[in-house]
Amino acid sequence: MDIGWYLVVSALIFSIGAAGVLTRPNPLVILLCLELMLNAANLALVAFSRMWGTPAGQVFALIVMVVAACEVTVGLGLIVAIYRRQMAINVDELNELRG
Amino acid sequence: MSTTTFGWLIILCPLVGCIVIGAGFRRERGLIAGWIGTLAIFLSFAFAVGALISLLGHAEDSRELTSSLWNYAFTVGVDAKLEILVDPLSVLMALIVSGVSALIHLYSVAYLKSDRGYSRFFAYLNFFVFSMLLLVLAGNFLVLIVGWAFVGAASYMLISFWYRRTTATNAGLKAFVINVIGDVGLVLGTFFIFRHTGTVDFVKTFQLAPHVFGHNSTDLVAGCLLLLVGAFAKSAQVPLHTWLPDAMEGPTPVSALIHAATMVTAGVYLLARMHTLFELAPTAADVAAIGGGLTLVIAATIAIVQTDLKKVIAYSTMSQIGYMIMGVSVGAYSAAMFHLMTHAFFKALLFMSAGSLISAMAGEQSLDKMSGFRKAMPFTFVAFIIGGLALSGMPPFSGWLSKDDIIAFLDHRGGGFEVLGIFGYLGAFLTGIYTFRMIFRAFFGEPCEEARELEHGHLAHAEQPFNPQTGEIEDTDVGFPGPEHHIAERDLAMKVPMAILAFLAVVGGVLQIPGVDDSITRFLAPTFAGSKLFADDPSTGASWIGLVIGSLIAVSGIATAYVIWIRRRGLAPRLQARFSAVHTFLFHKWYFDEFYDVAIVRPVLWMGRFADSVLEHRVIAGGVTGGTVGLVRACSAAVRRAQTGFVRYYAAAVLLGISGIALYFLISAT
Amino acid sequence: MSAVLFFIAAIFALTGAIGVVMLRNPFYSVLALVVHLIALAALFLLLEAQFVAAAQVVVYAGAVMVLYVFVVAYVGGADQPLGSGGGALKILGPVFALAVAVELCIAMLGSALAGISSRGAHLHTTFGTPRDIGRLFLTAYLLPFELASLLLMVAAVGAVVLARRRRGLEAEEDEYEHGIVAEHRPVYTGTQAETTGVRRTVALEAAAEAEAEPAGTGSGSEGGW
Repeated sequence: MDIGWYLVVSALIFSIGAAGVLTRPNPLVILLCLELMLNAANLALVAFSRMWGTPAGQVFALIVMVVAACEVTVGLGLIVAIYRRQMAINVDELNELRG
Repeated sequence: MSTTTFGWLIILCPLVGCIVIGAGFRRERGLIAGWIGTLAIFLSFAFAVGALISLLGHAEDSRELTSSLWNYAFTVGVDAKLEILVDPLSVLMALIVSGVSALIHLYSVAYLKSDRGYSRFFAYLNFFVFSMLLLVLAGNFLVLIVGWAFVGAASYMLISFWYRRTTATNAGLKAFVINVIGDVGLVLGTFFIFRHTGTVDFVKTFQLAPHVFGHNSTDLVAGCLLLLVGAFAKSAQVPLHTWLPDAMEGPTPVSALIHAATMVTAGVYLLARMHTLFELAPTAADVAAIGGGLTLVIAATIAIVQTDLKKVIAYSTMSQIGYMIMGVSVGAYSAAMFHLMTHAFFKALLFMSAGSLISAMAGEQSLDKMSGFRKAMPFTFVAFIIGGLALSGMPPFSGWLSKDDIIAFLDHRGGGFEVLGIFGYLGAFLTGIYTFRMIFRAFFGEPCEEARELEHGHLAHAEQPFNPQTGEIEDTDVGFPGPEHHIAERDLAMKVPMAILAFLAVVGGVLQIPGVDDSITRFLAPTFAGSKLFADDPSTGASWIGLVIGSLIAVSGIATAYVIWIRRRGLAPRLQARFSAVHTFLFHKWYFDEFYDVAIVRPVLWMGRFADSVLEHRVIAGGVTGGTVGLVRACSAAVRRAQTGFVRYYAAAVLLGISGIALYFLISAT
Repeated sequence: MSAVLFFIAAIFALTGAIGVVMLRNPFYSVLALVVHLIALAALFLLLEAQFVAAAQVVVYAGAVMVLYVFVVAYVGGADQPLGSGGGALKILGPVFALAVAVELCIAMLGSALAGISSRGAHLHTTFGTPRDIGRLFLTAYLLPFELASLLLMVAAVGAVVLARRRRGLEAEEDEYEHGIVAEHRPVYTGTQAETTGVRRTVALEAAAEAEAEPAGTGSGSEGGW
């Protein structure tokens, strides 16, 4: 297939993830949608790497995976801590960090 | 040492004295500040004598010497230099100023002994002498203006010397404000003249003036009139005279030095210095003469009803300066300067004696409460008599020769000036009356309580120190007069200067006896070389006729005073009751203060209050500042609404931003 | 053949993505994401990125998602009705996302980049193999490699600190509100929560009693200035 198809798929996944971030109030689901966006980026990177024939894109994609893993770890840790404090797991109610 | 070096040293000594006293005032013990100050001025006087001798060593036509220390700015034709001009006029003024100042410093060493602000006084006094000497030795308009302004500042500092007295600080403010009006006139006048001559240097200006200005040209008349405003404000002539009687709030040595002998004569000096310009603008000179004549009479009429001792002498000063201004405006330069010199002697003497008398009265200054001090204070009495006779123009005292010299000149000029001459005689008559009214009331008659105490050797002491004007209770800490009073009979440091001045008041006249010697005229000739009026003096015969008339008028004035206040005791109150309207008018100083209050002070205060309440509070604080604050608050309130704390809104904003930027790049790429 | 595989993988990926967003139960969202990840791995294989595909399955779908499953099981997260969440964003969210998708597509397809309409450059045989990637990690991209490992350590430590238990739920609250820390705090210092009035503490209440007037900031709306 042309590389362009892969890029279109990547764009669609990215926007679906963005819609999910804006729409869902549960922070767990928001994190999942963030994963979607990161994966879309990964797909684009690998596609371009295939296009140019250089493996640098794949290396980058692996690093992105590492970062995603770290972010998930910390994010889930935060959610667990919030749960422990008996606060609602709802981003609309976790609104004290203003400005 | 060259003459101009002497000139610089004359100015330097009081400046150094001021700095030394001022810098070390905390550590000075006892009277050391007074002695340093006095020594500085004596040194200055010595250098002035040196300058005189050195100047006389030059040939007659090369006696205008300038010396410049520093060229401040030579841009676009303003030759601003720190320069002095040593010529006969300035040396004469320097001698008078430094000499009389030295004696007054000596007097103050004793007079203010117990005052807590002793060192401060001498620092201020030295600063004043420095600025006055700077003024008289100035070689260009800029140094003159600087000296003029410093003198005004020193006067303010010294009038408000007892700064915890509200009356004193108010008087200081009044003097300063009126002086500033004069300063404005002086500076604007300088500019008017500079515009045509292109130089501020005195010698060059006077050389260029006849070529640059036509006869009575408008600009020159305007410039001279503005200079006149400056002179009138400094010399307390009508209509800028209201500050001088109030300036008596300062300590008596201040009144003696500044408001009798030196600062108020600065206006006379100015007109003498600018004689070239005034001769080219006779209109301005005539205005000056009329102003001087009016002041003469007005001040004399006010003096005859005043009850405060120092105010009588203050109005007398105003009146005598009127004589000098008249003299300088009509060309009687040497006569006016001669009168300036003799006036310095006897007026300073009178103020010193008044200080002694007020001390004996424990601070009370009202003539109503003084009487019969003749036996208790013989030295002061004699000093008063000598000063009074000199002031009234009795032969053979110095005042007689100088005052009538001026009037003779006026008569010689003829025309309208004859009228001014008649004013002069009228003033002389009134002078005799008010001077001896003062003396007879204070020294003759039944001794008052303080006098009786003093006869028994006990100097009166007020239990509660008080303000002589308002009677308010004070204390004797810093900012108010000290607890002790000093009279001449007991303090040698007061007696010596008074004796010297008395001697000079008696014999000072020998310098200029018509027909015998004209030393002052001859001495001043180089300065007034180009002046036609200077060369035109009255003949010896006319002068002697004037002298005789003057002496007759003086005698009649003194005799009138004798009759009213010694012979027929009840006459004074009856005259006052009969002419009560006139008396009230004169007592209220011709209502000048009230007029200024209504015409100027109140509108200005109203404008100030208006500016404060409307402009300051509503427009600036409310509108401009408040408006800006409100605007910022509104904007930040609007922006604050974006900080909701809802993460998803933030994410939406990010996404929106990204799509916006991407859109921009997409569009710009096509 | 590869076209067919591509389309199957792409459809599974998109379906998984839509499932993540639209399924109400968060557990089901996690499972949808797992499907999505595996489909993406297939796409990577089609793009000759063998090692990345393997890593995706092992690390991402294997480890990260398992972690997610554990947390979702612990935290729960109730079923949420479809129409919940911030009012305007319910509509604007998809709109913005659609805008982004359209722009990206235009950017990519309209860019006239030569390679997009091709099947890619000619590859050497070791392209995408673990050997190739590994060599790159240890030579040209050594610094990112090391930094990534540092990042992992930081994240691990951070997660432990954030989620650790202190002395139990009750004690935690007490220590925060009534313990030594709270007592020695000067008045008007505190968390944002106290400032905005969401929670009041001992310090603030003591000050309120002392002054008999509301502690400077009042409750809630404006926040402390």
